Amino acid sequence: MIWQLDIIILSMVIICGIAAISIKDLLGAAIMFGAYSFMMCLLWSVMGAVDVAFTEASVGAGVSTVFFVAAVFRTTRRTRD
Amino acid sequence: METIGDLIIAKYNYWAVIALLIIGLYAMIAKNNLVKKIIGMNIFQTAIILFYISIGSKKGATIPIIVHGHGESSHVVHAADYINPLPHVLMLTAIVVSVATLGVALALAMKIYSQYGTLEEDEISEKIMESETA
Amino acid sequence: MKALGLVAAFCLGGLLFYISFDFPGWGDAKSPASKHVSPYYIEHTMEDTSVPNIVTAVLADYRGYDTLFETAVIFSAGLACFFLLRIPEHKAPAARFYRHLATGITFRIEKGGRLPDDTKEFERIDSVWVPYDVIINMTCRLVVPFIQLFALYVIAHGHHSPGGGFQGGVIFGAAIILFAISNNLRRTLKQMSEQTSALLGSLGVIIYAGTGMLCVLLGAGFLNYGALKSFFGVDPVAARSHSILMVEIGVGIAVTAVMVWIYYNLSSTGKQDEGL
Repeated sequence: MIWQLDIIILSMVIICGIAAISIKDLLGAAIMFGAYSFMMCLLWSVMGAVDVAFTEASVGAGVSTVFFVAAVFRTTRRTRD
Repeated sequence: METIGDLIIAKYNYWAVIALLIIGLYAMIAKNNLVKKIIGMNIFQTAIILFYISIGSKKGATIPIIVHGHGESSHVVHAADYINPLPHVLMLTAIVVSVATLGVALALAMKIYSQYGTLEEDEISEKIMESETA
Repeated sequence: MKALGLVAAFCLGGLLFYISFDFPGWGDAKSPASKHVSPYYIEHTMEDTSVPNIVTAVLADYRGYDTLFETAVIFSAGLACFFLLRIPEHKAPAARFYRHLATGITFRIEKGGRLPDDTKEFERIDSVWVPYDVIINMTCRLVVPFIQLFALYVIAHGHHSPGGGFQGGVIFGAAIILFAISNNLRRTLKQMSEQTSALLGSLGVIIYAGTGMLCVLLGAGFLNYGALKSFFGVDPVAARSHSILMVEIGVGIAVTAVMVWIYYNLSSTGKQDEGL
């Protein structure tokens, strides 16, 4: 648990989280959500939870982002807020 | 007696969890778009998982895979050398349940879009009111 | 509404901030979470199950009941997506797009026109079509078998390295989804139809519950893997290790099938004729 790495990754996580809900383009929000998932995976592997990080990498940054992109593709891409 | 500065610096993981919980809850309540609400729900879920994982960590301990796995028998294992594996197990279930919930939530959003033609919550409410009064 | 949401979120944040002074510090080895049950798991995993990965042993053996119902939850999520979205396609859509493979010309046939016969010369493409790209097709064809092999490796090595049934199952499902994105959805449906994925999903749950029932039939309690020593012909510790592998295979099959099933339904809004 190297605390410098922890602080950097934690601040990246919060920035990615705020960006994922603020972008007006839904496809961009889905991609930022994939980046947020990947940052979380890095954080957990730094904390020593390797199984959980493996699962989050495959599920969050993989399949979850594909589901979001598929849903945005079949509905609308623009949003007002 | 610890000073306030010590308290704040020693527990910085909890501040990050609280910030993510605030972001997720705000997105679920205040955003108009349905997909943004779903993103907020997932941010909330991963923040809870981060909280549990950070509770289970120990200073100076290694990952929960026993070293010298099958080589020597009767190798004494001390519990303080390994990170607590129980929160990891519970959170594995939580991650998989969250992706299942995501699939169903997106299916519902697509069904609403095919019915009303929009994903914004206020426009959907207006269309429901019109179809009720008409 | 936004101001109200912000106020509510900050109220929650303030409450949690006030509570957090009672929490244990980060990395404390004497925190209450690490004192009660988990030292038993850490110290007795090797002599009970001979599986070095403590997380896999706890997930599939000590807390196997939770994992059984988690697999059932995944399967019911796939089922829910199916019931929400699936509509059988019983009439021809308005316009269809075809590509002549030899020359690469694409053309559109309006409603009521005569569709080409099902020969090798004409290939049907999606309504939102992109030009045919050799690089993407060949790269994905080369990479997909290796991803599947890695997924099987992850399932099989769950005992000694991070991994297990879920991770391997999701990676296998992602390989099939990669094939569906790079080629057509229809070609993927020919290889792995929706009926196959639904049956495989339930087969995974049956394998898991069947292992538990086998333990009951051999005389012990539900999911008490030590009773399978007569089934495998080894001592109870090795029997527990082998049964953990069996249930992980069941979980992997179920997760693969359900990920692919949900993708089929989401990317085509239930019609399953044209994908992403």
